[in-house]
Amino acid sequence: MSIELLANLSYIVSAALFIFGLKMLGSPATARRGNLFSSLGMLIAVVAGLTAEGIVSYEYIAAGMVLGAIVGALAARLVAMTSMPEMVALFNGSGGAASLLVGWATLYGGDVQVFTAVTILLAILIGGLTFTGSLIAYAKLAEVMNSAAIVFKGQRIVNSLILVGIVYAAYMFCLDPQPDSQWLYVTLGLALLLGIMAVIPIGGADMPVVISLLNSYSGIAACAAGFAINNNILIVAGSLVGASGIILTNIMCKAMNRSLANVLFSGFGAVKQGKAIEGEVKPVSVEDAYYLFEAASNVCFVPGYGMAVAQAQHVVKELGEILEANGCEVSYAIHPVAGRMPGHMNVLLAEADVPYEQLVEMDDINPRIENVDIAVVIGANDVVNPSAREDEDSPIYGMPIINVDQARTVFVLKRSMASGFSGVDNPLFFGENTRMLFGDAKESISGVISEFG
Amino acid sequence: MEIVFLIFILVLSIFLGFELISKVPATLHTPLMSGANAISGITLAGAFLASGMVDNEMGKYLGTAAVAFATVNVVGGYLVTDRMLGMFKSKKAGGK
Repeated sequence: MSIELLANLSYIVSAALFIFGLKMLGSPATARRGNLFSSLGMLIAVVAGLTAEGIVSYEYIAAGMVLGAIVGALAARLVAMTSMPEMVALFNGSGGAASLLVGWATLYGGDVQVFTAVTILLAILIGGLTFTGSLIAYAKLAEVMNSAAIVFKGQRIVNSLILVGIVYAAYMFCLDPQPDSQWLYVTLGLALLLGIMAVIPIGGADMPVVISLLNSYSGIAACAAGFAINNNILIVAGSLVGASGIILTNIMCKAMNRSLANVLFSGFGAVKQGKAIEGEVKPVSVEDAYYLFEAASNVCFVPGYGMAVAQAQHVVKELGEILEANGCEVSYAIHPVAGRMPGHMNVLLAEADVPYEQLVEMDDINPRIENVDIAVVIGANDVVNPSAREDEDSPIYGMPIINVDQARTVFVLKRSMASGFSGVDNPLFFGENTRMLFGDAKESISGVISEFG
Repeated sequence: MEIVFLIFILVLSIFLGFELISKVPATLHTPLMSGANAISGITLAGAFLASGMVDNEMGKYLGTAAVAFATVNVVGGYLVTDRMLGMFKSKKAGGK
């Protein structure tokens, strides 16, 4: 049996393992094993790749792998759970960069057919845009740069020009595909620029969409690289990832009641402002909050990005346990786009060891929200904004929300009266049954816990 | 003809991907995403070819960089997913 045949047979095994792995990631009980299966598939594919005919020097490969493994392992081990969105963004970016480089390096392998040239360009294009797009997403998530949408006059024109430029440069390159073609560098540069331009107009609250979309791109880039080097495992694995990213993107968009085009092209918050809100906010002290908690028999926590920022998940869980011991029913209502990436809040609460059964989804909590004595909003804003239901002029009108305003009492834990990432005012804060607990969420909750003490 | 076969594979995999993922509960969205992301590090298998086969200096450097980036993606992606899923699991065992 030839080595090539053996390698291809191993690719079939690893493709099957990827598929099983993804399938098993769909249920909490099997997810961890699924991830193991998929990593086993990766191991097989990598070993098979190493035996490929024609590899002459292993030193470079070894150097690259050792370096990458050290960086990857350290990053995975050291990252705080609250910084997970940034981490995922960076991993997406490195996947994109890898596809870009594979495409580029393939050009040095000898004469290139036109079809191959096109796929190489696609790998460079999608990989490059994933790379810089992810870096910008990272910068926004890590608050290295302003996470608000950056929009300027003529943005669409500039973007269209970049696109036209890419198409033209790509065409010129395909006429004579040489590794030192100036058109290659033009395409590469424009692709990198496009990644930046595509992500800067997207505001912090829309990040879950962007992250899943970039995830999808990194898969598509791998797929394009697979076409460039005629490798079917790259195509299979890449398109699986591409498809899963698209589905997640779609789920996120639905949860915000917006189309993908709307998320990508209209800077959120740049749209017209809804009605101005009048009324008075009613602050509450930690002590008074304690009395209400003490008397409550049904408490529902509604976490948002602010909980991640304040690292409050552990104290929240502690308070939840105390309340339970006090005979109170405790639940955690999670909006699909709460936080900065899909499932962000679930990860944080899992880290704090919150029992799985206490996590409820938006559609489960809303019908029984009226029986909730206290809804505790921790660093969430847009996902509990009643304007989405009532004010047709509001930019977030139509987005499904958790109707905390219909609970008997709402506590809102908040640093100050600034509006959320979308820049939209929130009438919830002025509601009849709303009490504002100003200050750092972690400190406020610790305060309540010590009152119980 | 080979191109047609590759496109054939592509189309089927896309459908399969849609089928596989469409019913994942919201709880698992993050691990799913980082797990899928790790799979996209499959570019590594391609990067070997690029870095090992080409006997041009520039091509070699590009290929080596590709290997490094893809390995970050693979190693980091799987480890971080496992770490997250470990938390989900411990809760199931101990929480009830």
